[in-house]
Amino acid sequence: MSFLQPLISGILTGGVYALAGIGMSLVFGVMNISNFAHGDLMMLGMYLAFFAFTLLHIDPYISLVLIIPISFLFGYMMERIFINKVIHHPHQNQILLTIGLGLIMSNTALLAFTSDPKILTTTYSSSAFTLFGDVSVSVPLLLSFLITCGITLILYLFLSKTSTGMALRATSQNREAAQLMGINVAKMSAIAFGIGTALAATAGALIAPTYYIHPLAGHTFLLKAFTICVLGGLGSVVGAGVGGIIIGVVEAMSSTYLSSDWKDVIVFLIFLAVLLLRPQGLFGKKGGQ
Amino acid sequence: MLEIKSLNAGYGEMPVLREINLTIAQGEVVSVVGSNGAGKSTLLKAISGIIKFTGAITWKSESLHNLKAHTIVQKGIVHVPEGRKIFPEMTVVENLMMGGFLCQKERPQNLDKVFALFPKLAQRRNQLGGTMSGGEQQMLAIGRGLMGNPQLLLLDEPSLGLSPLFTEVVFGAIHTINSSGVTVLLVEQNVYQSLSISHRGYVIETGRIVLTGTGEELLNNQDVKKAFLGM
Repeated sequence: MSFLQPLISGILTGGVYALAGIGMSLVFGVMNISNFAHGDLMMLGMYLAFFAFTLLHIDPYISLVLIIPISFLFGYMMERIFINKVIHHPHQNQILLTIGLGLIMSNTALLAFTSDPKILTTTYSSSAFTLFGDVSVSVPLLLSFLITCGITLILYLFLSKTSTGMALRATSQNREAAQLMGINVAKMSAIAFGIGTALAATAGALIAPTYYIHPLAGHTFLLKAFTICVLGGLGSVVGAGVGGIIIGVVEAMSSTYLSSDWKDVIVFLIFLAVLLLRPQGLFGKKGGQ
Repeated sequence: MLEIKSLNAGYGEMPVLREINLTIAQGEVVSVVGSNGAGKSTLLKAISGIIKFTGAITWKSESLHNLKAHTIVQKGIVHVPEGRKIFPEMTVVENLMMGGFLCQKERPQNLDKVFALFPKLAQRRNQLGGTMSGGEQQMLAIGRGLMGNPQLLLLDEPSLGLSPLFTEVVFGAIHTINSSGVTVLLVEQNVYQSLSISHRGYVIETGRIVLTGTGEELLNNQDVKKAFLGM
């Protein structure tokens, strides 16, 4: 089999992982909180896409127009009601809170949607086209990747050009100084959490046509998102983007050349190697927390 | 303009400032001098809303009690923190833009003013803040504060860790800023330099104000000479 096949499918899947990682990294950067409910927020995105498709007959990619604002508001309110209460508390309190919120979400989903996996089958779910003679490219994965690129570009422009985006970056680089500029850092935290949630839900919706939709699906993705953040450097949005692609390619390569049972092993070996050799991550700052 | 009455403040259970009384009139440069740990930075943090306090801080006959830091900036009090705290991964211009977060319309003209005051910042406009030297970062921090159109500028140890050359530049700039109509509250360990450019000064020791007078009176005071000037 061609070397290009796992490379290309790895990059395409990695793009969606990157989106989830970017959301987690942005929240960590602005709020210094590791959001362990991130995977469950992805799972909610998967179900939103599923029900938009089965009940409202909206294509999963088009339903993003609804999912993004809904999940942003959900995350914004979650920060206002719960997360901001622990923002100045020790990390273990924050971790317990976000794990707890995640458990409530996944168990509510179990109760409401049962543990039967659901499959979102669109007309193009299994369609693919061939590139360079023998490389097959899945249409839904390619669409997801292109949408991911578009959303990342919009996020980049938002963070670098708009006043609110710059205020988010300032809060992430020095929270106290940001306050002294007249920036309402509490509001910035809520916006960051809203964007993080929207990115997680979007990633969930984008993989919904190619994965099993299950209430506990979030756990796998939480670990992936966390690995991506650490790999790229916690708080670094660019790092999370690159980290996502790397993890996607590593997974695809190890599935092809070893076996798919080994892909998680390889991913976590890389995770451990990064922690040992470059704990600040590929794009992180030395001495950062 | 600013009136502080029996102010107590600290971190958590630990009190740092005890019964501070202090006033600042419009157009003055007032310095608060004292050794490390005397509570100078805590005083500025209480005024700018970073930490909570008991007692009264009144700004233009309005109480600042329980106001959030970002609303205090809106009222014209801008705090340039100790250790500059510039945004390391933003360029010089972006740092200055953040300083003008609340007065975006006046950004272009304020930017010109800052560049006129510190021409070096204009040369380095696209450099990342984190890659600049301590002295340059201090200029940037003061410039960033000026972008917020302050009526009262709080400066926390602007000369800390600077070479004598940069110290001259910074104190010169404080004089120019004051001449343009901005009231300045300066907190310093560099007692001689800061009292020399101040209209009035306060000496703070372990959280209490122990001495006050005009800059010249304090410079000639025997206790000040002995404690801070090594004479």
